[in-house]
Amino acid sequence: MKKKLNPFYKSNVKLMAIALCIAFLGFSCSDDDENPVPVDEEEVITTMNVTLTASGVASVSLQSQDLDGDGPNAPDVTVSGNLVANTIYSGTIVLLNETETPAEDVTVEVAEEDDEHQFFFSITGALTSVAYSDQDGDGNPVGIDFELTTGDAGNGTLEITLRHEPKKPNDGTLGDAGGETDIAESFPIVVE
Amino acid sequence: MRLFLILVLTSLYGNFSISQECDAILLGQVVDFHDNTALENATISVTGKDLQTTSDQDGKFNFTTLCDGVIELEISHPDCKSQFVTITIDGDTYQKISLEHHLEELDEVKVVGGTQKTTNSSQEETLGLKQLEQYSGNSLGDALKTITGVSSLNTGANIVKPVIQGLNGSRVLILNNNVRMQDMEWGEEHAPNVDINANQKISVIKGAAALEYGGDAIGGVIVLDPLPIARSDSLFGKTQMNLFSNGRGGNITSTLTKSFDSGLYMKLQGSLKRLGDLETPDYLLSNTGIQENSISVNLGKRDFLQGWEAYYSFFDSDIGILRASHIGNVDDLITAINSQQPNIINDFSYNIIRPNQEVTHHLAKLNYYRRFKGTGKLDLQYDFQSNRRFEFDIRVGDDAEKPSLDLQLTTHTLSSTLQIDSQNDLEIKLGVLGRYQSNFADPATGVRRLIPDYDKYDVGGFAIGEYKLGTRWNVDMGVRYDFTRLDAKKFYRTTRWEERNYDQDFSDLVIDDLGTQLLVNPVFDYHNVSAMAGFRYEFNTQELLRFNYAFAQRAPNPSELFSDGLHHSAARIELGDLRIKSEGSSKVSASYERNALNWGFTIAPYFNAIKDFILLEPNGVEFTIRGAFPVWAYRQTNVQLVGVDLSVYNNWTQKIRSDHRFSWVRGTDTSSDLPLINIPAANMSNSLSYSNEALHGLTISLESQYVFEQQRFPPNIMVFSPQAAQEVVLDINTPPPAYHLLALDIATAFSLKNKHDLTVGLRATNLLNTQYRDYLNRLRYFVDDLGRNISLRLIYNY
Repeated sequence: MKKKLNPFYKSNVKLMAIALCIAFLGFSCSDDDENPVPVDEEEVITTMNVTLTASGVASVSLQSQDLDGDGPNAPDVTVSGNLVANTIYSGTIVLLNETETPAEDVTVEVAEEDDEHQFFFSITGALTSVAYSDQDGDGNPVGIDFELTTGDAGNGTLEITLRHEPKKPNDGTLGDAGGETDIAESFPIVVE
Repeated sequence: MRLFLILVLTSLYGNFSISQECDAILLGQVVDFHDNTALENATISVTGKDLQTTSDQDGKFNFTTLCDGVIELEISHPDCKSQFVTITIDGDTYQKISLEHHLEELDEVKVVGGTQKTTNSSQEETLGLKQLEQYSGNSLGDALKTITGVSSLNTGANIVKPVIQGLNGSRVLILNNNVRMQDMEWGEEHAPNVDINANQKISVIKGAAALEYGGDAIGGVIVLDPLPIARSDSLFGKTQMNLFSNGRGGNITSTLTKSFDSGLYMKLQGSLKRLGDLETPDYLLSNTGIQENSISVNLGKRDFLQGWEAYYSFFDSDIGILRASHIGNVDDLITAINSQQPNIINDFSYNIIRPNQEVTHHLAKLNYYRRFKGTGKLDLQYDFQSNRRFEFDIRVGDDAEKPSLDLQLTTHTLSSTLQIDSQNDLEIKLGVLGRYQSNFADPATGVRRLIPDYDKYDVGGFAIGEYKLGTRWNVDMGVRYDFTRLDAKKFYRTTRWEERNYDQDFSDLVIDDLGTQLLVNPVFDYHNVSAMAGFRYEFNTQELLRFNYAFAQRAPNPSELFSDGLHHSAARIELGDLRIKSEGSSKVSASYERNALNWGFTIAPYFNAIKDFILLEPNGVEFTIRGAFPVWAYRQTNVQLVGVDLSVYNNWTQKIRSDHRFSWVRGTDTSSDLPLINIPAANMSNSLSYSNEALHGLTISLESQYVFEQQRFPPNIMVFSPQAAQEVVLDINTPPPAYHLLALDIATAFSLKNKHDLTVGLRATNLLNTQYRDYLNRLRYFVDDLGRNISLRLIYNY
């Protein structure tokens, strides 16, 4: 009870102060100047090129290009020309990752894992039908190759959606297929 | 110090005394060493003489017919160790004796127990052990919801973030065993990484008044503390097991405590939890299982004059995220909102598949305290935390096993507080703190970083005073200053950098230009001041009034500043803003309380005006090759929150009690005069319970919870739907309708070895299997909330 405690107190405060100083010194030293490395983005698809060809008429290319991915810029959608009425076009889809040089052909990966992927087509207006021209190992459609039939002259849209891990087989609608959307783009088409 | 002087003086006098008359009176008072409260029933005897007495309720005692000279007193108290005091009698003498009072000393960790509160004047509520036992198999957020004014922001049933009077996330601090949790609380789908079973006392301070814990607790503070360990040679344990019908699993938790007479103690605690897919009344929620493991060890020595504690805890969780909530783009979201059932329902499984999150949290603490007579208590603490978060997404090919997000958050904190409590009516607390935190985002994920690498430095100091004015008034005030420096290195897409006009305002931050992206090095400093003042007035022993004003500032968190890009697990683009500055809250709160045996109530209104409030809300869509995504952007505005928490209880008979609670809060963006997003709807809960100690401690309680429909919400947004090829309303803000849930809880105790050492409880929540959705559940777009859940709990004390 008679212990003089005050000196203790003082020395402890001093100790504490020293400890804090050391700690802050430590903090300020631990700052490293190394810069982080940029992320090598995977599974990136920047571009979808669709080529529509038919014998005797000019081929038409459709492109959706989004070089900044989930950045603020919307994809650039271009259609090279008009389709000819009442014609059956063969379509082929090529997917690219243009953030890499040379651009990586992502279609190869989709083709390799075709049981986990499927393109879905939806048409309006002057387009009359779409049919799959390819199959995966289980006999289910994939859609890298397809056939598009035009009707009489007019306007229409072709919407192409790529899903990964859809339910296969499905009834051909997005709702039934489920899965994750890798690409969804709608192209305005003029048939003349 | 003072006593020391008195003793010196009296002994000096003693030397000069000559006469040997034996009619001197010793008047004494036994008080508690640290706060001077009187100790009743202390036994005081004069050694060598047959004189003995006990102290009265003021701690006072007296001996008459003492002779002048030196005597020795032995003072003992049921809660204390015996103590010997030598005093000198010189005529009529007064002597104050300070005793080390163990039971109070054990409460020393500032656990809010019973009526004792952490703060003097702010609104505060505590969960008891019984309530915690009921929620042992749930999350912290679920248990806290039983407190009036506390709700939760959920991502499904397993990710539950507490919301205090309408505020959540970084505005709510969680103190785990006196360590401020640093577990990436900034994310809406980041649950607190604490095991509810590791701490037995949980209290909520509504508001920023508890300045000692941090100046930025605009929402409030959740204090988790272990129960005090008795200072005696003992070994005891407790094991609790809960089994759940919904999720078809359960959890088990055990605590083993060994303590010694010397004050040394050791506590070991561990929990395991396994739940499979949960169910709504109509369908299974695929991939909503959870696996949680945790362990904690306390080792310490608690003595009166000094003590130390080492604490380590490990928490590990793997939480499945509802499979159907993983959507691709805005059309998927529209489809999900419009369809009544989730698009994916698999068979029941315990397996957690993608998407999911795996989080581990290590926490280590070293604490030392020393008490100085005449001054108070000095506390020194170092704590270390390491939080690792993996978020897995549905990915294909080689990346299927790779996380989409991999963050490592490491925090070191050094703090010290000095509590000056030697004076009876004044208590002062001073403290300083230094903290270093670093975040590392692993680039190996192959997905752009959502949160960048950063280093963060905090330095803070506070002073709090509590003054007792007479017997009825208690006045407190405090001030705190915090400095924060955030030093981040982040890659921005050049297009984003320009779209946000950062190239005009922050061009000096760019340290590297990689063509399509820029590396920038923002270093932001924040100087924040917090202050509070309030009083407590006791009308009588049953009724009191608290009033508090608190001003608090909070620096923006990394998510608010730097979020940038597609948040895969939420299918939304989240955008932070480098221009965001600290927000400042001015909150006035009051509470009028009556606590009596037969009935009581609390009326607690509050008003909170927040300047530059940081909020995240949907404001449009951005188009990518994958389709359109809703954009959620952070912005700052001025808001007002006004609300009231009400609670009433009544003991109808000794066995029947009813509890009624109601809370309501209204949030308004005053700049635009629009309702604030994510404000909990008014809710009311009523419970009726029967308890009969004689009948195996039987308790039966029926609980009803009614949640109103939130009528005030910001307008929905218009988005262009590629599928519909037109602008459509994205019904993203509309709250679901009101709902009513019933719960029933029955518990009884059995005696195996000791009295009532085994408790068996049966609990059913959502008794009527009601179909409902909650506004503050982020998965409400996709699925209903949980259906009936029947659980069995066994608690064995040994």
